[in-house]
Amino acid sequence: MTYFPEEVVEHIFDFLSSHRDRNIVSTVCKAWYRVERLSRRIVFVGNCYAVRPGRVMARFPGMKCLSVKGKPHFADFNLVPHDWGGFALPWIEAAARGCPGLEELRLKRMVVSDESLELLARSFPNFKALVLVSCEGFTTDGLAAIATHCRGLRELDLQENEVEDHGRQWLSCFPDSCTSLESLNFACLKGEVNAGALERLVARCVNLRSLKLNRAISVESLARILARTPHLVELGTGSFTVEHRAEAYQRLIHAFRKCKSLKSLSGFWDVAPRCLQSIYSICPNLTVLNLSYAPAIQGADLVKLIRHCFKLQKLWVLDCIGDKGLAVVASTCQELQELRVFPSDIYGTGTAAVTEEGLVAISSGCSKLNSLLYFCHQMTNAALITVAKNCPHFTRFRLCILDPGKPDPDTNQPLDEGFGAIVRSCKDLRRLSLSGLLTDKVFLYIGEYAARLEMLSIAFAGDSDKGMVYVLNGCKNLRKLEIRDSPFGDAALLVNVGKYETMRSLWMSSCDVTLGGCKALAAKMPRLNVEVINDRDESDEMEENPSDMHKVEKMYVYRTLAGARNDAPEFVEIL
Amino acid sequence: MEAEASYVKDTELRLGLPGTHAPAETRGSKRALPEDDEKSHGKSKARVVGWPPIQSYRKNSFRARKAEAEAAGSYVKVSMDGAPYLRKIDLRVYRGYKELREALEDMFGCFSLGEASGAEGCTGSEHAMAYEDKDGDLMLVGDVPWEMFISSCKRLRIMKGSEARGLG
Repeated sequence: MTYFPEEVVEHIFDFLSSHRDRNIVSTVCKAWYRVERLSRRIVFVGNCYAVRPGRVMARFPGMKCLSVKGKPHFADFNLVPHDWGGFALPWIEAAARGCPGLEELRLKRMVVSDESLELLARSFPNFKALVLVSCEGFTTDGLAAIATHCRGLRELDLQENEVEDHGRQWLSCFPDSCTSLESLNFACLKGEVNAGALERLVARCVNLRSLKLNRAISVESLARILARTPHLVELGTGSFTVEHRAEAYQRLIHAFRKCKSLKSLSGFWDVAPRCLQSIYSICPNLTVLNLSYAPAIQGADLVKLIRHCFKLQKLWVLDCIGDKGLAVVASTCQELQELRVFPSDIYGTGTAAVTEEGLVAISSGCSKLNSLLYFCHQMTNAALITVAKNCPHFTRFRLCILDPGKPDPDTNQPLDEGFGAIVRSCKDLRRLSLSGLLTDKVFLYIGEYAARLEMLSIAFAGDSDKGMVYVLNGCKNLRKLEIRDSPFGDAALLVNVGKYETMRSLWMSSCDVTLGGCKALAAKMPRLNVEVINDRDESDEMEENPSDMHKVEKMYVYRTLAGARNDAPEFVEIL
Repeated sequence: MEAEASYVKDTELRLGLPGTHAPAETRGSKRALPEDDEKSHGKSKARVVGWPPIQSYRKNSFRARKAEAEAAGSYVKVSMDGAPYLRKIDLRVYRGYKELREALEDMFGCFSLGEASGAEGCTGSEHAMAYEDKDGDLMLVGDVPWEMFISSCKRLRIMKGSEARGLG
């Protein structure tokens, strides 16, 4: 291959779509390393602290698209203290200096300040797409800067961010000359936007295909918007409440009839069941439906709607759909690939909404199912074994039984056999979340059978260190391991320290790992950052040097080329 | 596989007498586990941080909605045609129509049996739920979003089939 001119090698590399493949070819020889790094356009950084921003820019000067992830996954559930880190500014600063040709930036679980957004808006003349997922730290002022200065912006996608509303009419900041928007998602914003400005904006952006509105947008406005965007493919409705104004409702039905390209629907924040009839005409074309923010739609209305959606591939619902509703999904949605059932009653004071019956029904009707997130009140081994048999194609299987440590209600046994069946049957399983009563046995199965597993989430499970050891020694492709409230201690932590350099990260909280264990790990593995995160309320008790026997409340371990980070708050100790 | 399972179970250390099937409770956590299923009704359940694993964004959006709903609503009288006395319920306790219906079925079950065993079976479909709104009009339950219903409902009435057919 060294006889080939570099242009040819580069052309061959163009066919490599995955980051992993490109990473691997770059290690073959120096020539390939150079060709690869100069031709890489899309860079993915799974942990913002694994490498210094400047180093990334230096290695990939031709970078056009950058993705960076910050906080560990358990930050979603308030397990990571608020100012732990994950700041976007250093990345944007480095990119502004080293890769001014940047076109796309995707950030997940990072702290993004208005200052960073303003810098972003001014630094990249070709900037086209900004995607922020589960981020925080910015306000509508930052969005105003983006709208004002990013000429040629194609995509502004804000997913589930905590955004402070400063009342600034940020949407009105898009200049009249802006006609390039193809995707606009501001569903997570709480404040109002100028409806007229929005309608004019969507009218002049003729290539707009994806529009997700926030709750403040009324049905009247939605009808007007839809009338101007008949080519929309994805829509997030606003509040979808019609208050006794039949005229607006009729206009909405009429507008929906014209949207023949609509494939994806979400939103429905305050929908009245009767208003759902307006979308019956587009349901047969839908491949994606997200009703997980619509608690007002209960069983019967939900079922009526689903019966029209026979092309559905992805469905997100609340558990008020019930087992019976899931049976309807099973018989109607034969193309279903992804299902998420969220709990509508978070503190479990109500009656059981979905159980193992619903899941079994789904598995027997939807053989293409490959991705599941299922919150339920109970699960049985028998059901899981049946599901494993019916759906061998799972790549993502996340089951959350709301009551931690709950056994199989029929047999009172742990759910080891059920999950064992899943990992044995689903050979392509990449992501798994466990729940219910589980012993070390389930980890024995996971270590033995889950060869392709990349991410594992464990909570209130296992009996001893053996459980964690089975996983660390068994799962060759493990990248992320997150554990909470499980009896794994130093012996497990230290049994295979080299493993952690093959993984992105390890999170352990409320386990039996001690400070001494963490120190030992840090001493053995200098290329890991071992972060001990102390809870605020405990930090007062720990003024003096805590002993090595002291159990660590939260530990986050990750491989890194950057050494200890210099932006850690005082409650984080990096060993 | 099963032999191994019983081996594990037999030699397993747990609290409780042999022969009892208490689920293993040894956990290394410092945080209190929530109480057993039997005690889970009502608000005595201890809350575990970060459990269930729902994104805080999603939790917050529901919490905000709940708070809005709680601003209105209080106890309303529930009458059932033919029943000798009325009941009173707090609408805020229920999260949706389905729960309300189930609760009312529980409450008034003893009265509906007489008519249910007749023609249509025990689905309760021969009854209709209606409510009196702020303007004093009799409305069919179920047309408006739940939160709107709670704030406008002043009184509930479970009507007999013969009368109800006019509304439904």
